[in-house]
Parts: sequence; C-alpha cells; structure tokens
Amino acid sequence: MERIPILKMGDLLLVTIQVDMHDRLAMTLQDDLTARIVKDRARGVLIDISALDIVDSFIGRMISNTAAMARVLDARTVLVGMQPAVAITLVELGLTLHGVRTALNVEQGVKLLQRPE
Amino acid sequence: MNQYDVAALNLPIRSDEDVVRLRQSVREQMIGAGFSLIDQTKMITAASELARNTLRYGGGGEAHLHKLQNGLRRGIGLTFVDHGPGIPDIAQALADGYSTGGGMGLGLSGAKRLADEFDIESAPGQGTTVKISKWKPF
Repeated sequence: MERIPILKMGDLLLVTIQVDMHDRLAMTLQDDLTARIVKDRARGVLIDISALDIVDSFIGRMISNTAAMARVLDARTVLVGMQPAVAITLVELGLTLHGVRTALNVEQGVKLLQRPE
Repeated sequence: MNQYDVAALNLPIRSDEDVVRLRQSVREQMIGAGFSLIDQTKMITAASELARNTLRYGGGGEAHLHKLQNGLRRGIGLTFVDHGPGIPDIAQALADGYSTGGGMGLGLSGAKRLADEFDIESAPGQGTTVKISKWKPF
C-alpha cells in the first residue's frame, strides 16, 4: 500500500508530503505518525507541506487531529512550508488549524521545537 | 447567458483516486485558461470539497468541467452530479460547521466562498447537483 515516509531526526520526526494526497492516504499518515511517536519516543513532529498545492478541509482535519494526538503523547507538532496561495485559500475556506503551530520552513520549525515551551 | 464549450470534460467520481484525478484536471484547465495561482488554488480546493461530498454523501457520481464565456469574460465551470439520497435541508447543510460525515463541516460553505458563483439543487431521493464557476478578472 502507498505510504508517506516518516524520517527520524534525533528526537524529532519529519514528514514531507510530496504527493497529491487522497483521503485514505491522509488517514494512513495520521495512524502511522501516531504509532511512530510512541515507537521512536519522539518529542516533536514536523509536517512539511511545501510540496502541497492544496489543503482542503479533510487534509486540514488530519493535520489538526495528528497534532492533538501528538499532544496527548507529549509531542509537539509544527506545520511548515505552507505556500502563500494555500494560506490565502485556507483562510477563505474558513479553516482554522486548531492547536497546530506553524513555521515558514523546516529550519524554523526545528528551532521552534527546540525552544522550551 | 453562458455559452458552454462543446469540449467539456466528464470525470467519474467513484473513488479517492478519482478525486485526486479531478483536482489534476481542474488544475490543467485553470492553467490553460490563464488563471492566477491563487485562483487556481481556490478552485481546486473547492472542487476537492465538492468531489468528496459527491463520493461520501452522494455515493459517487460525476463531475463536468467546462469552459465559460460571457461576452469577453472567460471562466471555468464545474458541475457535480450524484443520484444519492439528496439533502433534506440545504440551508442547514450550507451552515459552517454542519457535518454528517467526518469532515469539518466546511465542504459546501467553503466551496461557496472559494468560487465566484455557486448553485445547488437537491431534494430527498433526487440526488444533488452543485455548480460552481470561477471567472477570470479582466
């Protein structure tokens, strides 16, 4: 089955979404990430969406849910790399990524996760 | 009156993969018509929401993609048709946050905000037809 790879960087997990995601793939990623947080004892998750052309309400919900699950497992989530057109569209769509922190790129995201809360 | 281009595309919406293919077709048409990246993104996102509704609530159906022309104005139109159970209360379904599925309840209302024109026809047992269009600014 098609899967999105999850990379381990120290105590962080990095996911770079590079395919046009369908709903089943988004749900699989949510499950895989939650399992990997526990398995790898990750303290932070970086979700890089710089290659995503759109974020609709379903993908948005997946990101929000993943962040909430990570939070329960004592890991923080940062969404990075959102394209300007995606940000404009999200706001017009009315989607708020509740509980999700964002950074401009992976580097800024790592910095954010390394800072104490 | 809009003149519909004869070379309209008919796309089936029967699976998750069809939704992805539809998004790609909408992108190609929007690029071909010379829309800005922001307008492309808005229309593709609206199409994604409506295609998901067609699949989840309508039990599948199809989308028609067509070019629009009104005088000198040009645009792209999308029509989603399903023969599912229909929507008993359209006003309620259009309200933000109303969801019978697993979404955030932004499918219809969000698509309406992202498109320039939005039209919905539905009745219980009759299926649902949703039309959206995006016009190129002069």
